[in-house]
Amino acid sequence: MRITQGAFSFLPDLTDEQITRQVQYCIDNGWAVNLEFTDDPHPRNTYWDMWGHPMFDVADAAGVLYELNECRKVYGDSHYIRLSAFDASHGWESVKLSFIVNRPKAEEAGFWLQRSEGQGRNIRYTTHPYATRKPEGERYT
Amino acid sequence: MSSAEAATPEVEEETAETAIDLRAEYESSGVKEVLEELDRDLIGLAPVKKRIRETAALLLVERARKRLGLAHQTPTLHMSFTGNPGTGKTTVAMKMADLLHRLGYVRKGHLVTVTRDDLVGQYIGHTAPKTKEILKKAMGGVLFIDEAYYLYRPENERDYGQEAIEILLQVMENQRDDLVVILAGYADRMDRFFESNPGFRSRIAHHIDFPDYSDDELLHIAEHMLDEQNYSLTPAAEAALKDYIEARRRQPHFANARSIRNALDRARLRQANRLFENAEGPLDAAALSAIDETDIRASRVFTGGLNGAKGGEEGGSA
Ligand SMILES: Nc1ncnc2c1ncn2[C@@H]1O[C@H](COP(=O)(O)OP(=O)(O)O)[C@@H](O)[C@H]1O
Ligand SMILES: [Mg+2]
Repeated sequence: MRITQGAFSFLPDLTDEQITRQVQYCIDNGWAVNLEFTDDPHPRNTYWDMWGHPMFDVADAAGVLYELNECRKVYGDSHYIRLSAFDASHGWESVKLSFIVNRPKAEEAGFWLQRSEGQGRNIRYTTHPYATRKPEGERYT
Repeated sequence: MSSAEAATPEVEEETAETAIDLRAEYESSGVKEVLEELDRDLIGLAPVKKRIRETAALLLVERARKRLGLAHQTPTLHMSFTGNPGTGKTTVAMKMADLLHRLGYVRKGHLVTVTRDDLVGQYIGHTAPKTKEILKKAMGGVLFIDEAYYLYRPENERDYGQEAIEILLQVMENQRDDLVVILAGYADRMDRFFESNPGFRSRIAHHIDFPDYSDDELLHIAEHMLDEQNYSLTPAAEAALKDYIEARRRQPHFANARSIRNALDRARLRQANRLFENAEGPLDAAALSAIDETDIRASRVFTGGLNGAKGGEEGGSA
């Protein structure tokens, strides 16, 4: 099941050229670009790891792509990588754009939906990524 | 028949250009402007200016060939600037970045100036992130590595400089569209550096040598600098500055135009003191702008000079 998170997620994955143009747009707006990776695809997982520092002082998108490719060398086969752009200007101080730039090479197994029946035929739903049944680092290998 | 005739003009509109006016390109790209600025702002440096003009011509032609669909290669643009301190290497590098930007060979045109300490770390695992940080910052522009030969320390085989060199070489080779590297430093040390690092030598296409300035040129440069700041030399001060240049050149830490800039900074300081201590009544613009003989002659250069003087700030170092 193909994970959809962040912007553009219902489009085919962006090519590097398309990523470059999005990044240049972020840089030109003065946003700091960050790279993060994880192998826990749950949509409520806020604990993605950062790759390096936020890139505040990169003038050209090639600098970010360079770092993305470094990150892919290490995590590209087994992890999701996302790119996010943070607008630090007063009043915003939040992420303006975030999208997936890398998927694990192994199949994306998707989610198991758990229904718990409660009182009065109430049902509570929980989702578990199949991937997270394995320990971190072994999920997509 | 008639339908074919009717179609012809449309086809012509669709086809690519068939001729390019280099003169017009030269002006519209802004290359002309940069080269004129170079001529205006930098005194002397005839061989350097000539080389830059040639490089600009090559790049303009290369760009035109590309547009006409002729065989073309992305030219190797990495360069080395050799010469003594204060001969204008950093200044010219800035103009070069501007030039490459206007010709479309770098996307942003900024100059990032670094030395060994910015690239090489202090402990294992420190160097690669530092070097990459700088490379990222410089992408889209020009990376200027001053005294590049310090990256290579053959006397220490575990030196972390080697790691920075390897990363640099890789990016210089694989990301030629993203970054232009200029190595700068003394000519003899740079030669030795290239001898032991053939990887660099083979990746650098343009070697530009910056000669020392003559006494006349230095005087000219001084006048140019003062003029930019709305100062001028009295005739006696001009004579004093000539003597100064002659004497300064023979003293340690002489750094061509930079020594002149520092000398002028000091002269302005002395002038201000002189005016403040001695002036009676209001001063007009001419008085506030005139550097006088005493402002120059009070320099230590005339009294035993900088020999043995600690710090040698008057000359500035590399
Ligand atoms: N030909 C020149 N004309 C005018 N000013 C110059 C010239 N060459 C150098 N300068 C000035 O001298 C100073 C030192 O030049 P710089 O480019 O830093 O030299 P380098 O990098 O070779 O040590 C700068 O302030 C620069 O503006
Ligand atoms: Mg310099």
